[in-house]
Amino acid sequence: MSSSVLSSVPAAARLSLPVWVGPLITLGIAFGVIPFVGTSYLFDAILTPFLALSLAALGLNLLTGYAGQLSLGTAAFMAVGAFAAYNFNLRVEGLPFVISIGLAGLSAAVVGIFFGLPSLRLKGFYLAVSTLAAQFFVQWALTKFDWFSNHNPSGVIDAPPLVLFGITFGGAVGRYLFALTVVTAVTLLTLRLLNTQTGHNFIAVRDHELAARVIGVPVLRTKLLAFAISSFIVGVAGVLWAFAYLRTVEPHGFNLDRSFQILFIVIIGGLASIRGAFFGAALIVVFPLVLSRVGSFLLGSYFDSGVLDMSQRIVLGVLIIAFLILEPRGLVALWDRVVRGGKAR
Amino acid sequence: MDHTELLFFTEVLVGGLLSGVMYSLVAIGFVLIYKTSGVLNFAQGSMVLFSALTFVSLVERAVPFWVALLATFALMVLLGLSIERLVLRPLVNKPPIILFMATLGLSYMIEGAAQLAWGTQVHALELGIEDLPLEIAGVFISKFDLFAAAIAAAMVTGLTLFFQYTRVGLAFRAVADDTFAAYAVGLRLPRIWATVWTAAGFVATVAGLLWGARLGVQFSLSLIVLKALPVLVLGGFDSILGAIVGGLIIGAAEKLAEVYLGPYVVGGIESWFAYVIALGFLLIRPSGLFGQKPVERA
Repeated sequence: MSSSVLSSVPAAARLSLPVWVGPLITLGIAFGVIPFVGTSYLFDAILTPFLALSLAALGLNLLTGYAGQLSLGTAAFMAVGAFAAYNFNLRVEGLPFVISIGLAGLSAAVVGIFFGLPSLRLKGFYLAVSTLAAQFFVQWALTKFDWFSNHNPSGVIDAPPLVLFGITFGGAVGRYLFALTVVTAVTLLTLRLLNTQTGHNFIAVRDHELAARVIGVPVLRTKLLAFAISSFIVGVAGVLWAFAYLRTVEPHGFNLDRSFQILFIVIIGGLASIRGAFFGAALIVVFPLVLSRVGSFLLGSYFDSGVLDMSQRIVLGVLIIAFLILEPRGLVALWDRVVRGGKAR
Repeated sequence: MDHTELLFFTEVLVGGLLSGVMYSLVAIGFVLIYKTSGVLNFAQGSMVLFSALTFVSLVERAVPFWVALLATFALMVLLGLSIERLVLRPLVNKPPIILFMATLGLSYMIEGAAQLAWGTQVHALELGIEDLPLEIAGVFISKFDLFAAAIAAAMVTGLTLFFQYTRVGLAFRAVADDTFAAYAVGLRLPRIWATVWTAAGFVATVAGLLWGARLGVQFSLSLIVLKALPVLVLGGFDSILGAIVGGLIIGAAEKLAEVYLGPYVVGGIESWFAYVIALGFLLIRPSGLFGQKPVERA
C-alpha cells in the first residue's frame, strides 16, 4: 500500500497530452457511441455490472487504497444502499429517485461510520476482521427482518423503474446510461475530493499515522470520514447493482464473496488509483466470460458450469497472487508502462 | 433458577465450551503461522477443506484408514512447502496486508483445486467414534465432542512442549520474537517457515477430520475460518493459549446467547454474535486476551 499517489501526479503530467483528454474521449465514446452500436447482451451482461462494480471498487479504493483501512465488508454497504433506496422509494410518496439514491448513500454512510468505529482503536488485521462483523450483521438483519423487503415472502423484490430528472431509463440501453451517468458524477466528485485537504489527509493517515497526527491531521475524524464517504459510494453502487443490473433487490447477492470480489478488483486494478477500479472491474467482469468460452472450446462438454465455477476460483486466486508478486501496483501500472512504450519510469 | 434449569444451563454451557474447542482447533493453525511469519493465513480454512476432502475421497476409494491419513498428511506437507516457496518467498518484506491478500487468493485457489479434483458433493466421514450422549451427573455431553476436546488438548500440549523444549521450537520462538535478529544469528528463515507451514497443514488435517466428521465434508468446511477469526481477535493472533481460551469463551457465549437471547431477536444470531463479543472485548483491551504486540501503534 506504499504506492504513492502524490508522486504519480507529476509523472502523468509529463505526457504530451493534458491528463483530462483520455478520460474525456472515453466518456465521449461511452455516452455518444456505445449506446448506438451495443447489443442488449453487451449492456446487460457486461457494461452495466461493470459500471456498478467499478463504483463499488472506487468506494473501497478510497478507504483501503487512499486511507489505508482494509475492509472486508464492502458488500454489506452495497446491500444497505440497495435496500435503503428501495424503502425510501416505496415508503415516501413522490420522492424523486435521485433523492432516493442520495438518501441510500447517506444510509450506507451512517452504517459505515458505525462499523468504522473500531478503526479508532484497531489496526490492520484486527480492523479487517472487525469489518467482517458488518458483513454478517447486515446480511442477517436484512434476511431476518422482513420489513426491509416489505414483507415479501421470497425476500426477492422487483426494483421499480429508474427515473432521473423526469426521464425514465428503460430497456438495456437506458439502464446502462443511467448507471453511466451516476458513475460519472460520483467519480468526478471523488476526483475533486482527492484534491482537497480531506483527500490529502486520507493519504497522510495511510502513510504515517503518527506523523499525520503530529502535523495536525485530525486522525480519528479522517478515518471516520473515510468510512463514511467510502460507504456512501459503495451504497450508491449497491443501488446500481440492484436497480440497474439485477433489477431485483435481495440480500443473498451481497455476500462475503461479493466483498472479496470487490477487494480483488481493487488489488488487480491498482490500489490508490481511480482508473484502477475501472480496469480491475473490467477484468473481473470479462474474464469469467472469456474463461467459459475458452474452456468449452478446449474441453467441450466436460467443461460444465461446476468445472467453470471451480476453474474460475483457481484462475482468480492465481491472478491475485501473480499481481501481488509481479505488479503490486496493478493493471494501472501495466497500462502506464504499455502506453509509455515499455520504457522504465 | 431451579434444578432442571440449572442442569439445562450446564448442558448448554458445556456444549458451548466443547464446540469452542473445535473453533480453537482451527485458530491454532492461524496462530502457528502468524507467530513465526506475521502472516494472517486466510487460506487456513481452505486447507482444512482440502485435507478433509482428500482424506474422505481416499477412504471412499477403499484406501485403508492409516494409509489415507499418511497420504493426506504428505499432501499437506507438499502444499505447505509449495506455498512457502511459490507465494511467501517472493513476497518477503511486503506489508502484512499484502501477504494477507495473497492468502485470500491462495484460499480461492485451494478451494477451487480441491473441489475440481474431488468433486463438490457432500461426503460423510466416519472416524469410528459414536456420537452418543454421555451422562455425567445428569448432564448429557456428546461423546464425540469430548473426543475432539481430548485431541485438541493433546495437540496443544504437544505443540507447547515442542515450542518450549526443542531446538527447532526455540528457533521458532526466536523468529517470532525478532525476525531480523534471528536471521542475523544465522537461523535459516525459509526452512523455519516451511516447517511452520507443514505444522499448520498438520493442524488443518486434524481440524478437517474432526469438523468433517461433525458436519460432513463439503464446501462449507472452509467457512469455519470465519468462526476462527473472532476467536483469534479475542485471544490475540500470536498466542496458542489465547486461541484456546478465546475459543472457549466464544463457543460458550455463542451457545448461551443462541438459547437465551435467540428467541428475543428472531434467532440465527450465531453468524455475527462471535464478532460482537470479540469487538466489545477489543474496545476494552485492544491487544486481545494474550496478544503480545500493541495494536494501537503501528
